[in-house]
Amino acid sequence: MTTKKPQKNDPQQAKPHGRREFLKGAARAAAVGGAAMLAGCGGGMLGSSEELSLRWKEYFKKNYRLMTQAEKNATIRRLERLAKIKDGVNIQMSSAAPIDGVLFGYAFNVTRCEGYMECVAACVKENNLDRKSNTQYIRIFEMEHGQMSPEVGNAKYFHQVPVEDHFYMGVQCFHCENAPCTKACPTRATWKEPDGIVVVDYDWCIGCRYCMAACPYYGRRFNWNEPQVPLKDMTKKQHYLGNRMRRKGQMEKCTFCVQRSRAGRLPACVEACPTGARVFGNLLDPDSEIRFVLKNKKVFRWKEDLGTDPKFWYFID
Amino acid sequence: METTQEKVMMAEPSDKGILTFVRDCIKWNLSGGIVYQIYLCCLAALIMLGIYAYSVQTNLGLAATNMSDIVSWGFYIGNFTFLVGVAAAAVMLILPAYIFKDKDLYQVVIIGEGIANGALVMCILFILVDTGGPAKLWHLIPGIGIFNWPSSLLTWDIIVLNGYLALNMLVPAYILYCQYNHREPDEKKYRPFVFLSIFWAFSIHLVTAFLYQGLPARAFWNNPLMGPRFLASAFAAGPALITVVLLIIRNTTTYKIEDQTINKLRIIIVVSAIINLIMLFSEIFKEFYLPTHHSLPAIYLYFGLKGHSALVPWIWSGISMNLIGTLTLIWNPGRNKAKVLLPACILLFVGIWIEKGMGLIVPGLVPSPLGEVIDYAPSWVEVSIALGVLAIGAAFVTALIKPALIIEQRYEEGQNKGG
Repeated sequence: MTTKKPQKNDPQQAKPHGRREFLKGAARAAAVGGAAMLAGCGGGMLGSSEELSLRWKEYFKKNYRLMTQAEKNATIRRLERLAKIKDGVNIQMSSAAPIDGVLFGYAFNVTRCEGYMECVAACVKENNLDRKSNTQYIRIFEMEHGQMSPEVGNAKYFHQVPVEDHFYMGVQCFHCENAPCTKACPTRATWKEPDGIVVVDYDWCIGCRYCMAACPYYGRRFNWNEPQVPLKDMTKKQHYLGNRMRRKGQMEKCTFCVQRSRAGRLPACVEACPTGARVFGNLLDPDSEIRFVLKNKKVFRWKEDLGTDPKFWYFID
Repeated sequence: METTQEKVMMAEPSDKGILTFVRDCIKWNLSGGIVYQIYLCCLAALIMLGIYAYSVQTNLGLAATNMSDIVSWGFYIGNFTFLVGVAAAAVMLILPAYIFKDKDLYQVVIIGEGIANGALVMCILFILVDTGGPAKLWHLIPGIGIFNWPSSLLTWDIIVLNGYLALNMLVPAYILYCQYNHREPDEKKYRPFVFLSIFWAFSIHLVTAFLYQGLPARAFWNNPLMGPRFLASAFAAGPALITVVLLIIRNTTTYKIEDQTINKLRIIIVVSAIINLIMLFSEIFKEFYLPTHHSLPAIYLYFGLKGHSALVPWIWSGISMNLIGTLTLIWNPGRNKAKVLLPACILLFVGIWIEKGMGLIVPGLVPSPLGEVIDYAPSWVEVSIALGVLAIGAAFVTALIKPALIIEQRYEEGQNKGG
């Protein structure tokens, strides 16, 4: 879906038409005008004319899914350049498309997890999550025996783990096959990719938060303030749909670390887990570890009655 | 020179253009006694406060509100939901006035339509201030953006709200423009739009209810009674507000409003309020007879949960106001005297506002899907912005109703002279 063939794009590029082309033209004209104006008054206050021009083009760009590969490359170049101008930081952004024959799935070993929360820390670091509001995609619930729903657990524990007679359950976005959040979005700024990852086009999101209301798993996070990440801690290898820097007023969520998983690496949480409680892999590959778990372990999914068909299973050794 | 021209115009009414019509409307709006001028100044001050608070929110992001990832919708969306009901309620005047040709209600239907339009403007503003990226709203425009219709209920709501606003502006504007020019409005021309707007009034409130009741993730909202109950509470709260405005107009202007009109409105309110209470009772029975996990939001709302009980005094005062208002309107001890009717209508209105605003939105989100309970109360930024939006709505209603009443009054006087 995201890998359109170049021949298809050629006629579009050759023949400017429609309102979008007009808007682009207007954007260009205004950018040139703005640049000229800024050049006149020195341009100190509002940033350089280059920055202004880049921001202007960013404002009028399309939804990611409608972009041609050339347009994707252009916006990525702009975002990399903006990061350089604004913070002096060199980022490498990818637009890697889903790989054919891959459908990602995740399994969580309830027996093994001991609540160290290394996964949470790794996720925050890898995904450039806002340090100011302490945003976390993963929640770990400390549970007493005799129950099996995170709703009755405690996610605010702050003591040495593991605690006797307790076990731990991790919760994050479950990347539902039948995701209520994507159905709710009024601008289609969030969708399920062909490899099963539910993503958000941060720049297309208008921040209405209807997806958040629709999610039965608390899988989404909103940027209430301008996210802050210290430059020295920033992960520079980024993906347009993944860990690139968000702005205030935008929705975000776990992407199974799309910047890693599409490059053949494990998500940061899986890699960081000291007990091996987290399993990630290709559901379409019969030899994958996740398929082994699904075949040989007793698995269950949370809130199965809602019909969301999550690609996230819990299992017990 | 000008005065003679005016006299000629008055003596021989010929069609005046739309520009003169608009100019006259503005002129009538700005003229008025000292009390009216003070009222306008108060509205202006509140609007300034709202703009200031919004600038703070723009600067800090929605972090300036007390909303969070758990209570992700709050005061703004609560007010939005309630005001959709107020807007829809105009149909309780439009239906009898235009379709059943009820003379008493026809007299005041223009006021109902004015209030509906003001409520719609407030609805749209509340959504606007609630979005994280208002500058990106062009993403919704089909053609240059993507409009996720019919999948997203939010897009349905955008269609019905704007459509209803357009219909409710169009029909009264046409009728008033005719009357301004001392012509009988051509019923054939506006009647189809009246029918459409009646259908539309029900749809705006049902669609807004579906926005919530279509979410299985939120047990408190995922309730098939929500749509019908939205309508019943709206048809009580809306006419209650209209009654308050009518009583104010009757006491401050020379515009004639019959006792009969007020009494008919009272009956509409009473019937709707009783249906609303029956449905409320039905919901409470379901939640508390055999409480399940899905009753936790209701327990949080009415009794508090895990030591959090911010909404408890709020909802009980709302329900008390609702009951007292309804009972007073049923027994009608003051025989439609403003002294009793006014406070009863205000009580009922505020009671439903509490129940259908924060009392509906917050328990939908608390406890969170992960079972966490937190308390929410709006920040000063949210309250100030809401006041600003209310002031804009009130100013809008005033700007519509004031010239409308002058035009109608002149038209009737002209007809009486002619007849």
